[in-house]
Amino acid sequence: MAAPPALRVVEYGARVYRRTWRGSVISTFMNPVLYLLAMGVGLGKLVDQGTGSAGLALPYLTFLAPGLLAATAMQTAAGDASYPVMAGIKWRKTYHAALATPLEVRDLVFGHLGWVTLRVTFVAVVYAAIMTAFGATSPLEGLLAVPPAVLTGLAFAAAVTAYTARLKNETGLATLFRFGIVPLFLFSGTFFPITQLPDWIEWAAYGTPLFHGVSLCRGLALDAVAFEVSPLVSVAYLLAWVAAGAWLALRLMRRRLVV
Amino acid sequence: MTDLLVEARRLTKRFGDLTAVAEVDFEVHPGEAFGFLGPNGAGKSSTMRMIAAVSPVTSGHLRVMGLDPAADGPEIRGRLGVVPQEENLDEELSVYENLLIYGRYFGLPKKVIDERVGELLHFAQLQDRRNSRVEPLSGGMKRRLVIARGLINQPEMLILDEPTTGLDPQARHLLWDRLYRLKQQGVTLIITTHYMDEAEQLCDRLVIMDKGRIVAEGSPRALIEQHSTREVLELRFPVGLQEEMVARVDGLAQRTEVLPDRVLLYSDDADETAGTLASRGVVPESTVSRRSTLEDVFLRLTGRSLIE
Repeated sequence: MAAPPALRVVEYGARVYRRTWRGSVISTFMNPVLYLLAMGVGLGKLVDQGTGSAGLALPYLTFLAPGLLAATAMQTAAGDASYPVMAGIKWRKTYHAALATPLEVRDLVFGHLGWVTLRVTFVAVVYAAIMTAFGATSPLEGLLAVPPAVLTGLAFAAAVTAYTARLKNETGLATLFRFGIVPLFLFSGTFFPITQLPDWIEWAAYGTPLFHGVSLCRGLALDAVAFEVSPLVSVAYLLAWVAAGAWLALRLMRRRLVV
Repeated sequence: MTDLLVEARRLTKRFGDLTAVAEVDFEVHPGEAFGFLGPNGAGKSSTMRMIAAVSPVTSGHLRVMGLDPAADGPEIRGRLGVVPQEENLDEELSVYENLLIYGRYFGLPKKVIDERVGELLHFAQLQDRRNSRVEPLSGGMKRRLVIARGLINQPEMLILDEPTTGLDPQARHLLWDRLYRLKQQGVTLIITTHYMDEAEQLCDRLVIMDKGRIVAEGSPRALIEQHSTREVLELRFPVGLQEEMVARVDGLAQRTEVLPDRVLLYSDDADETAGTLASRGVVPESTVSRRSTLEDVFLRLTGRSLIE
């Protein structure tokens, strides 16, 4: 029996990746090393010796690592759900080629989300291994942080696909990263608890999917850190983003491609 | 079950206020090469996209291989090959990988695809390029690869949208030869083009489209016989003199067409018509006598040239 159509799109993603993985290998393996080294080890020394009022009950490197894992999942997913999708729609028009075969728009959307999920999983596992190598977490702690990171990635993949489906050109993508992904990266609790922020930013941070991803990763992986909100709420919130993003992505992609 | 591969009745496509295809009727029979000839914007591509089950029909009746594109899109597309106007190959990937991935989209096992790839690369004369990346290939090679890709599922019908636009003459002739071979193998071809020579070379039967409507239908020869004379005499005049000369050629031929840069005299014997010019005091800068083409048919039917 032939594979379900969406799986053929996952396979396509894997085949393209086999050709192009060299381009992303630096970011996959080097980014965690660089961030953990600079922020975790370098900055961490200062934080751990600091006398500030917001003392941590654990080494800063350990505090940072699971949060950074969630943030990396977000960045990877957002990258893979934006430029390649734009290429499929507009630059290379590979989506148009695929739609001339028995595939339907839903196969393209779900297949691509499936592929991004696989890739985010791979990146997250590599990250967890590097975290462990740095002594930031134990292997088990690192692995526990992987599933919530993947869920975070999927939430972003779905939402960013929907966003990209409407874009006329790439300026919208630069805007997304400059005003969306980068601020989220900085202010969703990855580097410090959001309680450190002014109240209005803190409240905004509660609404971001990355905050919930970070809370889940950190809470699950580290015994010493409590979940910032109930993990059930966070999981439900992220799942809602996945569902709403996928639904919107499907609608908008149909409107864009089936004319 | 019908024997027609495509049956369209009052087929219409609208984009908002714009009517791209307006109530056209046509049929495509198995084994024939069927053409849509017309200028850019005539509605050819929109019609093709509806046949290929990628663009929803606005209104009217359309059956492709007896199936309804609205309900049976995947099945129709599974039995068709499509060669789009714009190249949409995966340029990062190799020639082979492009064929492999496309075959997988049709749900074909890798083994079957591998068996077919050799033959398809031979057909497309890309045997040496199997493992080359697509991006640096020439326009003609890419177009042949797109055709090979469109054949990976061994389609009953191949749909080609402007297959030779942008190719040099040599690449065009090679492509025509390949398409002719396909036709001999029994593959039904549907071709859009705005090149009348392409339509004459390739099509058994064609429709001429203009502004979303079909203005004539028949074999190239029948269309020429019906709508034009056997031959044409083309006259070019020195700048500024054309208007004066047009008045003098009145009545010399069965029909006269005045274009911005030349005057066409339609007659059954162009040389004989040329012989009568001097008696009227008509002295063109140059003359060409030729046979009538589909371009003349188009001009007659629409009052405009195919390529403007």
